[in-house]
Amino acid sequence: MLTKRIIACLDVRNGRVVKGIQFVDIIDAGDPAELAARHASAGADEIVFLDITATHEGRGTLLDAVRRAAQQLFVPFTVGGGIRTPDEAAAIFDAGADKISINSAALARPELIGDIGSRFGAQAVVVAIDARRIPDRSITEAEVFVSGGRTPTGRRAVEWARETESRGAGEILLTSMDADGTRAGFDCDLTAAVSEAVQIPVIASGGAGNAQHFTQVFLEGKADAALAASIFHFGIHDVRALKEELRRDGIPVRLPC
Amino acid sequence: MRVTVIDYKAGNLTSVVKALRHLGTEVVVTESPEDVAAAERIILPGVGHFAATRFLEEHGLKAAIKNQINVGVPFLGICVGLQWLFAGSTEAPGVPGLAVFPEFCNRFAAGDKVPHVGWNSLSIRPESKLLAGIRNDSFAYFTHSYRAPVTNVTAAVTDYGERFAAALEHDNVMGVQFHPEKSGEAGLRVLRNFLEWDPC
Repeated sequence: MLTKRIIACLDVRNGRVVKGIQFVDIIDAGDPAELAARHASAGADEIVFLDITATHEGRGTLLDAVRRAAQQLFVPFTVGGGIRTPDEAAAIFDAGADKISINSAALARPELIGDIGSRFGAQAVVVAIDARRIPDRSITEAEVFVSGGRTPTGRRAVEWARETESRGAGEILLTSMDADGTRAGFDCDLTAAVSEAVQIPVIASGGAGNAQHFTQVFLEGKADAALAASIFHFGIHDVRALKEELRRDGIPVRLPC
Repeated sequence: MRVTVIDYKAGNLTSVVKALRHLGTEVVVTESPEDVAAAERIILPGVGHFAATRFLEEHGLKAAIKNQINVGVPFLGICVGLQWLFAGSTEAPGVPGLAVFPEFCNRFAAGDKVPHVGWNSLSIRPESKLLAGIRNDSFAYFTHSYRAPVTNVTAAVTDYGERFAAALEHDNVMGVQFHPEKSGEAGLRVLRNFLEWDPC
C-alpha cells in the first residue's frame, strides 16, 4: 500500500538551518547536512532544503550544503529557492538533488516548468505554491504569493495548481501562509481544494504542531505527503514518534526498521 | 568490483553513482558501446520517458547490451531501465524495447493518482536473489506512471490499484521499478545483492 510521506523541510539561510514564524522571525537551528542525515535515519521519507534567502536577496542556493547533505542521503532529496533557469537547476542536480522546487520563477515564466521537466523528467520538478486565504471569500479564491510571501500575484492557488500540472509539474508543495509557523494545524480546506483539482501529488505545508494535525491533513486535506520543519528540530517530535502515532490513527506510513 | 553505468541522458545519474560508490564499488559511467562490450556488470538507470531509450539504439548501445546479456553478464535495469527489458511501452508506441521479455508496459488504470509517487511495500518472492535479506513488506521509493505486468519472472509485486512488477529476475537479467538509490537501507541492500550476485 502506498504510504503517506512525512517530509522534513530545512529552511536554509546563509548555510544554516532556520525556521521562520510566518516568514518573519528567524531562529538558528543547526547544520543542514547533519540535520538532514538525522531526519532520514529517524524515518523521514524525504528531505527538502529551501533556501529562504535566495529570491529576495538574489542569492544562489547553497550548492556546498547540498553536496555535503546528498553524500549520505539515500532518500529523495529536493532543493528549492532562487532557481530561475534550467542551468541553475542542472547545478543543483549535479550537486546531488533528486528534485528541484520552483516558485516565483515559475509564476514569472511558467514555461520554466516544462523546460526543466523536459531535461530532467517531470518527477524532478516540484512547484511550490505559497497561498493565503482572502477573508470572506471561497477557499478556491485563495491567492498565490511570491518572494517569500511578500508579493501578491493576483493568481488563484487552485487555478495555478492546475496550470502547473498541465505544464508538466511532477508534484505540488502547497504552503498555507495563514497556517505557517502557527503550529495550530494545516489548512485542510485549502489542501483538499488543491489536491482534488489535480492528479499529481500534493505536499501540504504550514502549521504542523502535533501528530493529530498530520492525521487531519491526510484524511480531511487529502494530502499525499506532509511537510514539517520546526516541529522536528527542537525535539517536540522525531519522525519515528510521529509515524508511530499516525499508524495508531490508521494512516499508512513507512516505519523505519 | 567494477560496474558500468550507462548514461543515456535520461534524468539524473548522480544518485545511482553515489549509492554505488558508497557501497565501495568502482563505477564506470559511459555512453560508449565499447565500454559496454568490456563491462563486467551493467546498470541501466533511468527515470522519465520511455522514448529516451531511443538513444540506446541510436548510439549502438542496444546491440552492445544485448550481446552482453546473451553471454551472461549481470544486468540491472532501474525504473525505465526495467521497462526497457520488455517489448515496449504504450508510453512510446514507436520505440521498441530490448524484448528480453515479450510483454508490454502500460499506464496505470485510472482511479488512483498517476504518477505513483512515494514509498510502497514489496511482496517478495522468497527465492529472489536480488531481494535476498530484505524483509517482506519492506518499503521502496517509486516514481512512475507506467508499469510492467506480473509474470513468471517477477521477483516482487507491489499494489497500487492493481498489482505490478516491482522487481524481476531471470538468469542474469534483473530489474527494479523502484529506485534502490533512494530507498534507504533496503535499496542499498538491493544494489549490494546485484553487485555480489555471481552468475556461475
